[in-house]
Amino acid sequence: MKRSQLVAALILAALFVWAMASGMSSASPQSRQFRELPDARPSRQFPLGTDDLGRDRLSRVLYATRVSLLLAPAAALMATLLAAVIGGIAGYFGGWWDKCAVAVIDLLLSLPWFFLLLAARALLPLNAPPLASLLVTYGLLSMLGWAGPARVIRAGVRRLRESEFALRARAEGCGSLRLLSRHLIPNLKPVLLAQIWTTIPVFILSEANLGLLGLSAGEPYPTWGGLLRDLQNPLSIRPEAFAPLAVIVIAVACFNLATPRGGLTT
Amino acid sequence: MKFRILSAVTLALALCPIKAGQPPSELRFCLRAEPKTFDPLMVEDGNSETIRYLTGGVLIRIDRRTQKLSPELATSWELDRKGDRIVFHLRPNVKFSDGTPFTADDVAFTMKRLMDPATHSPAADPFRSSDAPPRIAVSSPLTVSIAFGAPVAGMERLFDQVAILSARSPRKTAAVLGPYMVAEYKPGSEILLSRNPNYWKVDSKGARLPYIDQVRLDIQQNRDIELVRFRRGELDLINAVDADTFDDLARQVPHSVVDAGASLESEMMWFNQVPNAPLPAYKLAWFKSTAFRRAVSEAINRADICRIVYRGHARPAEGPVSPANQFWFNASLKPHPFDPASARRRLESDGFQFRGGRLFDRDGHQVEFSLVTNAGNHNRERIAAMLQQDLQDVGVRLNVVTLDFPSLIERITKTFNYEACLLGLTNVDLDPSAQMNVWLSSAADHQWNPNQKQPATAWEAEIDKLMRAQAAETDNTVRKRYFDRVQQIASEQAPFLYLVTKNSLTAISPNLQNASPVVLTPQAFWNIEFLRKAPAPEGTR
Repeated sequence: MKRSQLVAALILAALFVWAMASGMSSASPQSRQFRELPDARPSRQFPLGTDDLGRDRLSRVLYATRVSLLLAPAAALMATLLAAVIGGIAGYFGGWWDKCAVAVIDLLLSLPWFFLLLAARALLPLNAPPLASLLVTYGLLSMLGWAGPARVIRAGVRRLRESEFALRARAEGCGSLRLLSRHLIPNLKPVLLAQIWTTIPVFILSEANLGLLGLSAGEPYPTWGGLLRDLQNPLSIRPEAFAPLAVIVIAVACFNLATPRGGLTT
Repeated sequence: MKFRILSAVTLALALCPIKAGQPPSELRFCLRAEPKTFDPLMVEDGNSETIRYLTGGVLIRIDRRTQKLSPELATSWELDRKGDRIVFHLRPNVKFSDGTPFTADDVAFTMKRLMDPATHSPAADPFRSSDAPPRIAVSSPLTVSIAFGAPVAGMERLFDQVAILSARSPRKTAAVLGPYMVAEYKPGSEILLSRNPNYWKVDSKGARLPYIDQVRLDIQQNRDIELVRFRRGELDLINAVDADTFDDLARQVPHSVVDAGASLESEMMWFNQVPNAPLPAYKLAWFKSTAFRRAVSEAINRADICRIVYRGHARPAEGPVSPANQFWFNASLKPHPFDPASARRRLESDGFQFRGGRLFDRDGHQVEFSLVTNAGNHNRERIAAMLQQDLQDVGVRLNVVTLDFPSLIERITKTFNYEACLLGLTNVDLDPSAQMNVWLSSAADHQWNPNQKQPATAWEAEIDKLMRAQAAETDNTVRKRYFDRVQQIASEQAPFLYLVTKNSLTAISPNLQNASPVVLTPQAFWNIEFLRKAPAPEGTR
C-alpha cells in the first residue's frame, strides 16, 4: 500500500469514527430547532454556528457524514455484487447470456440515470419515513449503478476464462461452480475491490446532487447534498457554511486516493 | 433649399426626445424568461404581462397605489345598473405609436377580436358571462358602448387587462398606445423598448412622458446573476426579491430595497378530502374533521415562520384575502392563534387521545400524515421543517416529502394520491369573481375536494351560494358583504390553512428617482412614466 493510500484510508477512518461518535459527543440533536438562535455565529455551544432554522450545524454535518459513510459503501457493495453476478455470468457463459447482459448494460448506461432517479423517487409512497426514503435513494443508486462495473467484470471474467490456469483446471475436470469459486472469483478480487472503491464517491456525489435539489432524505434529517443548499445564497455565505463541502471534498478525494490499484492476475 | 433642409433638421431635433450630445436615458432590468407573446390579447405569463404593461394603452387603469380606477384612454364611462353594458367616452387627439389616430373603432375592433372564440384570449374569459357575443356600438368617433349578454362582475376593472389595438394601422399589434413600444427584440437575450413618440400623457408642468427614453429588458433566468448585476449597478431594479436577499442587499447596498408591506402572495396548506382518493378511510375521516383541521392550524407557530423564514418580512395570514387587497379584505378576521393547549382540547373533543407524547385517533391509529411540497423552494422547505416540529409538540408525526413540480401537480390534480400539501397562493386579480374557480365546489381548483357534483358539506353549499350571488350583483357594497361571509366561513372551517402573507419586497437602484414600489404587479415600475434616472457620477459605470 502506498503512503498516499494509507493516509487517505486513515483520514476516512478518522472521519468515520468521529461521525459515528457524534451521537454521543454532539451537544444537541441534529433536528432540534433553536428558534431563538437562527443563523448564529460559531460559539462554544454551536462550534459551527446554527443554520437558518437554528439547528446545530456541526451535529448536522456529522449526522450527514455518518449517513453517507455508512450508506454509500453499502450501496456500492450491493451494486458491485449485482455487477459481479451479471457480469460474471455474461463473461463466463458467453453466448445468449452475454448478449442479453450486454444489451441490458448498454440500455442502463444509455439512460439518463439522474432523471430516472427523479422519476423513481416520485413514485415512492409518501408516508415513507425520511430515513427510509434515504435508504431507498441509495437502493435506487445501487440498482442503477451496477452497469458500469458489470462491464469491467465481464471483460475480466472473459479474460480469466481463457487463461492458462483456467484451461488447465478445466482439463483436470474442474466443474463450472468450482472453477468460479476457487479460481476466477479470487483472481477477480482486486477488480471487485477497485469497483467498490470507485463507485462509493460516485454514489456520494449522486446523493449530493439529489440533496442539493431537495430530493434526498426528507426533513428533518440532513444529508451532505441538503447541507450544501446553505451555499446557494451568494450574498450571505459564511465560512462555516462551507463545512459540508469541505467534508465531501475530503471524503471523495480520500476514496479516490485509497482505491486499490491492483490488476488481474492471470 | 438650404432653408428647407435646416428646417427639417431643426424639426427632427425638436421632436427627438434625446438631447443632442447626451446618451439616451435607459432603465434596465431583467425578465426571468422569454415573453411568450407580444400580442397583448394573448398574454398569459408574467413576462408578456410586463411587456403589455409597458407598451399597452388601456381604457381604464387600476391605480396600483390606491387600487381605485383611474381614467386613461377613456375620460369617463357609464356602467349600466344591471352591470351588463358600459359606455366609454374616449380621450380626443390620441395617436398610436405609428401616428394612426385612436378612435372608438379601435375599441370596437379590440373588443371584437378579444371576444372572438377563435382568438382564445385568456383576457376574454372573465367577460364571458353568457354565450351570446357582446353587442358593440360606435355612436361617434369618441363614444362606444359594449353590451354583454349577462351582468359581468367587476366589469370596469377587467378593462385594465385589455390593451387597445389599432383597427387601421398596417403595423397591427406593434402600433401601441402605451408609454413605450418594442424597438428591438433579440430572442433569448434582450428586448429594447423605446419611448412612444405619440404617448398622450404629460406631467403637471406639461412635459411629455415618460421621462426615461428607453427600457432595456435582459432575459435572465439566473437570479444570482441578476443580483450580482444589480449590486454592480448594471440593473436599476429587481421587481421581486426574497427576504434573505432583501436583508443582504439592505446591508450591502443601503437604500436599495423597499418593503412595501403585505403582498397578495401567501403560503397555505390543505388536507386531501377527495372521497375516492387512495387514502385509508381513517385518514380521510381526520382530514374531513373541522376540529382536526383547526387543531393543526392552532398548533402552527405562524409568528415564528414570519420571523425565521421571512426574516420579519411577512405576517400571519388572516384568511383567503390578503390585507393588501384594500377593498375586499375582511378586516374582522384574525389569524388562527398559536395555541397548542387549545389544539389539544379540540383534538380531545374530537375523540383523539394522547399517549406517551403521541396522538392516536379513537380507533387507535397513530396520527401521522405526509405533507407534499415542491422541491427546490427553500422557503417552503423551511416552513415544512417548522411545521414538523410544531406538530410534533401536539403528538402528530409529519413526514415532509418534496417532489419535483410536475409530479406534485399530477398528485394534487389527477391522482389525488397525497395527504396534505403546502403551496403558495397569489391572487393577481383583486376581484372575488376571479376566485370562483377556487371556491365553487364544482370547480377544478377547489383543491381540497374538486369537481363535486353536489357540495359535500353544508358550508361548501353556502359558499357556492354566496359566490354566485356576489358574481351576479353589481353593487360592490353588497358583493363585499357576501364575500366577507365567504372569508369568514373559510376561516372557521379551515379547508385551507393560511400560514403567512408575504411582504412585497423590491430592490431599486438609488439612482432611480420617483420610484415608490407598491404591492400590486408591477410593483417597482407601476409608475414607469414618472421614473427618472439621476445622472451617474463621473467615473462610474
